Amino acid sequence: MKDPTLFAAGLITLSAGTFAFRLAGPVLRQRISFPPWAERLLETAAVILLAALVATTGLTEGHHLAGLARPAGVCVGGVLAWRKAPFLVVVLAAAATTAVLRLLGIP
Amino acid sequence: MFIINSVSSIYRTLSGGTLRDIALACLAVWFIGLSYGAIAVASGFPLWVPAAQSVLVLAGASEFLFIGIVGAGGNPLAAAAAGLLVNARHLPYGLALPDMTGPDMTGPDMTGPHMTGPGRPVKRSMKRLLGSHVMNDESVLFALAQEDLPRKRAAYWACGLGVLLCWPAGAVLGALIGSVIADTGAFGLDAMFPAVILALIVPALRERQLRRAALTGAVIALATTPFLPPGLPELLALFAIAVKRKPA
Repeated sequence: MKDPTLFAAGLITLSAGTFAFRLAGPVLRQRISFPPWAERLLETAAVILLAALVATTGLTEGHHLAGLARPAGVCVGGVLAWRKAPFLVVVLAAAATTAVLRLLGIP
Repeated sequence: MFIINSVSSIYRTLSGGTLRDIALACLAVWFIGLSYGAIAVASGFPLWVPAAQSVLVLAGASEFLFIGIVGAGGNPLAAAAAGLLVNARHLPYGLALPDMTGPDMTGPDMTGPHMTGPGRPVKRSMKRLLGSHVMNDESVLFALAQEDLPRKRAAYWACGLGVLLCWPAGAVLGALIGSVIADTGAFGLDAMFPAVILALIVPALRERQLRRAALTGAVIALATTPFLPPGLPELLALFAIAVKRKPA
């Protein structure tokens, strides 16, 4: 949010572009077909981007590794999610783990 | 008011089980919205940012990505590019779906005579625009799961409109809750953000090839974070796409 104009430009780009993707499918339906491999490529790209975001926001702070509390919380959340715990449990357990570790003086 | 017509039409068309499943999906969306709003204000954004995004973008994962990259100091345009890449899946969604807002039988209002008469083309194009905007993972999945076209349309609109209400409602409430918490670090709110996204991608990670690609991407992002401005490591992680081409 350092530059409000640039921030607004980013927000508008994301909003308008997303809407364009949504509108394009129904409009183009009769004219083009989307090959399965391309669909798969998009899915893979989305998962990679989000996994990378989990790694950077979960494990780093600025240009350095974060302390122990946050990665530990994310790990607990990840294990619970893998074991199909409800979403609310996953998120609250991650936050609680981190909060308790910080309470114990672990950064 | 075609929304009111839509709701009564949806109620007549869908079975109780499907309606319940859609309601549960919308409740889950509301919960995720709650964490999204709280995380956004905890990352230093004013309340209007999650509020506006939740209505205008209406695609959770990309909004998290945008907030995550910009919140870490990344360029908003790079964040938008990453978000758009995640949202590109809506294009094949639209190609895979049968017509949800066709010119012959328009949306959920296919039963009544109220669809004929003057001024309808405007209404129809409005409906097409709204029908596109409520396209999301949940509404597409529920539509594809139904047997016939009337049910597909009813499920699509029920879930789409439900998400259109629940996602922003959750985000705004979450932002209000988040803005009264003074020390977000003490409550571990910073761990919520990666945990939410991890929970969202876990179903995809059960697949071996996607898991390998995701892990490689995460390693690329971590390895480049010390040297690159925020936002770029995530985009660079896309090189991991090459991993999936190797035999499993």
